[in-house]
This record gives sequence, C-alpha cells and structure tokens, in this order.
Amino acid sequence: MLTYTLKRLGTGLLTVYFIATATFFAMHMVPGDPLTGNKAMRAEIRKNLEHKYGLDKPVLVQYGVFLGNMLKGDFGISFTQQNRLVNDIIKDHFPVSAVLGVLALVVAAGGGILFGSLTAIFRGKLYDRSVMFLVILAISVPGFVFAALAQYLATRANGLAGRTLLPVGGWGTLRHMLLPALVLGLGTMAYVTRLMRSSLLEIVNQDYIRTAKAKGLPARRIFFSHQLRNAILPVVTILGPAIAGITTGGFVVETVFVIPGLGRYFVQAVQQLDYTVIMGLTVFYGAFLVFMVLVVDIVYGLIDPRISVTQARS
Amino acid sequence: MADPVATGRADLFGDDTRAPGKAPGSVAREQLPLPAFEPSAFEPVHRTELQRGPTRPSLSYWQDAWRRLRKNKQALASLAIVVALLAFTLFGPLLWRVDPNAPALTRISKGPSLRVSVRVLPDLPPFEEEVVAGVPPTPNADGASLSAPERLDWIGEPTIQAVRMRWTAVPGAAGYLIYRSQDAPKGGYLGLPVGTIDGGNVVSFEDSFNLEDRAYYYSVVAKNVSESKQVITRRVNLPAGISLADAQGLQPGSKPGDTLRFPLRPFGTDSLGRDLLARLMAGARVSLYIGFCAPLFSLIIGVLIGGISGYLGGKVDQWLMRITDFVIALPFLLFMILFKIALGAGPGQSGVSAMLIALVLLSWTSTARLTRGQVLQLRESEFVQAARLLGAQPLYLLLRHLLPNTLGVILVSFTFAIPGAIFTEAFLSFIGMGVAPPTPSWGSMCNDGVQTFLTHPHELLFPALFISIAVLAFNLLGDGLRDALDPKMRSFE
Repeated sequence: MLTYTLKRLGTGLLTVYFIATATFFAMHMVPGDPLTGNKAMRAEIRKNLEHKYGLDKPVLVQYGVFLGNMLKGDFGISFTQQNRLVNDIIKDHFPVSAVLGVLALVVAAGGGILFGSLTAIFRGKLYDRSVMFLVILAISVPGFVFAALAQYLATRANGLAGRTLLPVGGWGTLRHMLLPALVLGLGTMAYVTRLMRSSLLEIVNQDYIRTAKAKGLPARRIFFSHQLRNAILPVVTILGPAIAGITTGGFVVETVFVIPGLGRYFVQAVQQLDYTVIMGLTVFYGAFLVFMVLVVDIVYGLIDPRISVTQARS
Repeated sequence: MADPVATGRADLFGDDTRAPGKAPGSVAREQLPLPAFEPSAFEPVHRTELQRGPTRPSLSYWQDAWRRLRKNKQALASLAIVVALLAFTLFGPLLWRVDPNAPALTRISKGPSLRVSVRVLPDLPPFEEEVVAGVPPTPNADGASLSAPERLDWIGEPTIQAVRMRWTAVPGAAGYLIYRSQDAPKGGYLGLPVGTIDGGNVVSFEDSFNLEDRAYYYSVVAKNVSESKQVITRRVNLPAGISLADAQGLQPGSKPGDTLRFPLRPFGTDSLGRDLLARLMAGARVSLYIGFCAPLFSLIIGVLIGGISGYLGGKVDQWLMRITDFVIALPFLLFMILFKIALGAGPGQSGVSAMLIALVLLSWTSTARLTRGQVLQLRESEFVQAARLLGAQPLYLLLRHLLPNTLGVILVSFTFAIPGAIFTEAFLSFIGMGVAPPTPSWGSMCNDGVQTFLTHPHELLFPALFISIAVLAFNLLGDGLRDALDPKMRSFE
C-alpha cells in the first residue's frame, strides 16, 4: 500500500511538471505579452518593465527561472493586479471556490443517492420514469442555462415574498451559497442518480440478497444494510472525475452568480495574458486534481476490500 | 455406421462428380441391412434446392444492429431530430434568406411574433411641465402620512415615444416620485424609479426611457422628507409604433399615420435587432460543425494510437499510454482556453478552427484508451490467431479484423462525445472565449441572451432550447446505439 501510494505520488509529481511545462509553452505561443495592455507606453519604460519582470530573457531561461521558483513554492507577482502575489490570490479566492465545490458535491452525491435509490425502489412506476426523464434533461441542458433560470426563479420568488429569500448574486452567508451550489451540482447529481439506479438494480439479483430474503430479514433492513452499502461503491469512483467537472463548471457559476472564486480570476488572467497568474493557477489546479484523484483511488481501495489497488493498477 | 445421417451426407454430395463407389461409408453400407427407402431418396437433389439455405435470412452484424435500433422509438425519434437539425442548418439559410449579422436598430429585442406592420407616430410637441399655483411647497417633516394623488391622467395618447402624465397635487408634498413596472405592483415593490420631481406644485412628468410595445404600470408617490406610503397606480398598454424619424430612415417619404411593413421575424430579434431565426441557423453551423468534427478527428487519432498501442504492446504501448495519461491529467477547460488562444484567433477570424484543434488535441485520449482495451482483448481471440496462422500481416490484421470488431463500441463513444463537444463550444462561447463576434454560435447567442434575460427571455430561450434539443437527441441516440450495437453493455433495466 505504501509503495503504491509513493509510486502514485511520484507519477502525480511528474504529471504536475508536465502540466506546468505544457502551460508555459502554450502560454508563450500566444501572440502579445502582459505588458501589451490598453495603455501605450514609451519604448524605454517598456524596456525597463521587461527587464524588471525578466521578459527580456530568452524563453528557455525564463522557463528555468520559473521551474526554480515553482520548486520554492513561489509563483511570482501578478502583472495586472497591482503587485499582488499569485500565492495571495490563491489563498484569498481558492477557499471560496472550494466551499462552493464541496457544497455542490454534497448536493450531487446526496441528491443522486437519494433519487437513485427511490427510482430503483419504484422501478418502472411513474415516479421512476419521470425522474429518469428529468435526469436526461439535466444532462442535456447546459449549466449556464440552469444558472440563468435559477436566478430568474429566485428573483420572482423574492418579488412575490417581498423580501430577499435567496440572493441571486454575491457571496457571504449560507443563503448566498445555496443557489450556486445547487446549479453547480445538478449535472453531477443527474449522473449519480443514473449510476446509483443501475448499480442498485444489479445488486437486487445477487445471491446474498436472496439469502437475506430467505433468512426473513425485513425489506428495509435488506435495503439499507445490504443493497445500499454495496451500491454506493461505484459512486465513489466517479467522485474523482466529478471533482474535476465541478471545479471547471465553477467558472460559469462563478461568473453568473458574481462569486469571487478562482475561476473568474483564471478567465480574466488568460484574457490579459497575465503570465504569472495563469501559470500559478494552472499548476495549482493541476496539482489539486491529481491529488484528489489519488485520494479517491486510495479511499476506494480502503472501503472495498475486494479491490486491491496495489495489484489492480500495477 | 450406416445410419440415416450417413445417407444424409451422401445426399448432400449427391450432385458430386465423384463416383458413388468411392463415397465414404459406401463399404459399411453394403454390410448392413438397409431400412426401406423410397426410390426418390436416391435421386440427386437439384442445385436450386441446395441453395435454399436456412429458413430465416441471415443478418450481418450491422443489419442486426439496424433492426434493433429501428425497434427503439426513442432512438429513432432522436435520429429524426438530428437529421432535422442538419437540414435546418444546411438548407435553412437557402430558404430563409436573411443576413444573420445585419443589425436593425429600430427593432431591438422584439419578441417572437408574426405581426409585421406598425404605425408611424407623429412627432411630439416639446413637453412642458405643469405647475399648479394652489399648493405651496410647504415643508412637512412627516412624509409617510402624505396622501396619494387623487387622480392620475395621461396627457395626450401614450405611445412608445413617450408617456406623459399629470396628477392632482397633494397638500404638504415637497415633490413626487414616479415608478414604472412591467408587472402589477405587489408587496410594496413599485418597479423602476423613472423620475423624481422636486416641488409639490409640479404635477406632470414625461417618461421616454426605453419604452416598448407592452403594458406598463405607472405609480406616483408623494414625498417630503420621506416617501409617502400611499400610492396611485395606473396601467397603460402601449401599441406598437415607430417614430417618424426612424420610419423615414427606413422608408423615405413616410408620413405620420402610415403603416410601415417590417420583414417577418418569427423568432424575434436580439439586442442588436438581428434576426434570431437566421442567427440560429448560422449558429447551428458552428455548433454542429464542432460537435461532429471534433469527435470525428479525435476518433481517428484515438483509434490509431489506441490500435497501435494495443496491438504492438511492450515499450510502444507503455510510452503511448504514459502520454495518454498525461494528456488526461491536463485540466481540460484551462487548456482548452489556453490552446484556443495560443492557436490564435487573429482579427477577422472567427476562431472556430482554433477551437476545433484545441478540442481534438485534448479529447482523443478516451477513444485511445477504449480502442486499446478492445484490441488487447481481441488480439488473443481465436479468429485473430487463426488469421495470424494463415499468414496475415499485422496491418491487415489490424484493419481487417481488430478495428472492424471494435467499431461498434467506438461508434457509441463517438455519439456520446458529440454532446460533450457541443457543450464545450457553448461553454467557451458563453464565457466569451469561443467564436468571435459577429459570428453566431448557439453558445455565444446564449451569452448575448443572458444579459437581457430578465426583460427579453426569448433571446436566451431559443439558443438554449436548440442546444438542449441537440444534446438530448445525441444522448438518446447514443443510448439506442449502445443497446443495438453492444447488447452486453446495455444499461440495466
């Protein structure tokens, strides 16, 4: 187990290095540079600035400097945001994105397991069919449409109530978080519902369920302690990719709901070609995703003793 | 040994040119007593009877899949929708000849309607404030207790050029506030504040701010230090119209009272007055082009890499799979945005090809993994070993045996990749990193529409509806194809 984890960590580090390199060169392929802003500047000022930020050096030297600094955990200073440290940007705004992501994940997993179980129990009935139709619909409608719809409905509800029940923008209290988290988690929730339903239906035919029935266990006990526990396992595997999806989906939700998360900063940084912010955020996101996938894999091995990660993956 | 089976076999070779004496089993037949046979049993069968074959026609894999797909109503309906969407975008612009990028500033954000004619309005005389002499502007600290104006009347006919109103003065008021709302006021919310009047004796107001042909509710509230709680509200329904100057710009020689005919806009117009139907048709080209081509090119690259990797195995496999793992680990949207910008959308370019290349570069990996897995499985199967035994070359084996047998699974994954590509395009265009304006795509139209969503929902509704329908159709078609092509993979039902 330890060797496996170490090995995976090693591959993860290599992946992060690869991400950093790919980002660096993709970014430098973009015509223009962060100093080409909206203000025209005199040639000597430009030269001084280029010297200050090290942009006058060859790209390969810049790459070396960047790698050295990255190893020290220093991503440099933002070009466009008044000498703000990239590390500070991450420190200030990642918690917002993380809280939103965790909430969305709770919505997705909780709702998905609940609805999936209900559809499996009422299989073939009207409830099952209507939920499965909604699931297909939720997968087929883009997130930003849900975001706009949610805002619209919340505005109407607030108007009817005469006061702000659910704010449609901004960040701060739990009430601000509910709507964005719901919208962000909706797509994944639909997916989990589908997965949960099919995995529950598969388990119904297993021998141990028949045994439990033969023993005369009450249906509720069979469902909760045999079916549900085993059916939840596949859901855990998709949590890794789901975290990635929710992180990126956060871009839209953060834009629509005016939430000061990292996603908005990344889009802004790419538009302004803010080299240091792009590099810092990509490496940070990349490392975060690699780490999360690793954690999910290890957790999966721990909760399902049938699967030995050390052997399955070697 | 001389059982009916043996004679049956002799029957089978009945039209053989070989001599009967040399037939296998003829020796054994002479030694044993034969059951009584009709003489006709020994007549040679005709070639036509031999070729009759089994009673049911044999179906090839694809025929069988098609048969199963045809039974699936959902999948067939989706297929019809896909075909309809293709026809909509390919032939639509031939029938509906409206420039999707031509703005019309006199018809901004019009909802879907079939009405094509509007009245030309006369020029308005300049507005003059009405001041009553009787009510002095007395200061009164307690504004909340002020009464509402007794009457609220329109001055002249309210049109989309201006709504002019007058009301009766309120004693003790130091001024008035005028609100405009699109819905009947409820719960104390009166709508948009459109005017503030200072002076309790000034009792008229002209509102000409962004008026449209619809119903409005005007509310007038007296104020002093604070606003009064009493309010008078009146509804006005503004008829469609066009100002004289605008009308003369469109059709020189227009006179007030004329009716002006507009070209038909069945889906309404957007915030620049462009025809939504034409834009939806043009936008479908971008969205469906990316939706088809990106998965197709990723498929070709993925199948090649996965096929080679799975077939050759060893070092090549290891390296190719390592590369695949790295590409999978890239944060998809971050790199999508980066690559798209790095590949460049210079001035005057729509950026569609840049987006396509970026998407292909990042999404070939899943097909590669899938193909590799399938090829690994098939490589050891008996029919491939038989082919190898017969001396088939590796390339022949790969193209003739391995890939065709993985085609079903790959086709299913292709169908499921299309919604993903459409979503990615829509998403990028939505955050303003997709196609460059004025090129329409469903995603960029959603982006435009979301700005005016609360007042003109149709601008978001139509493109969003088209995206959803297209994605829904491809998802259901994918489900159907999976069930038809690979019953083993069928979702549990």
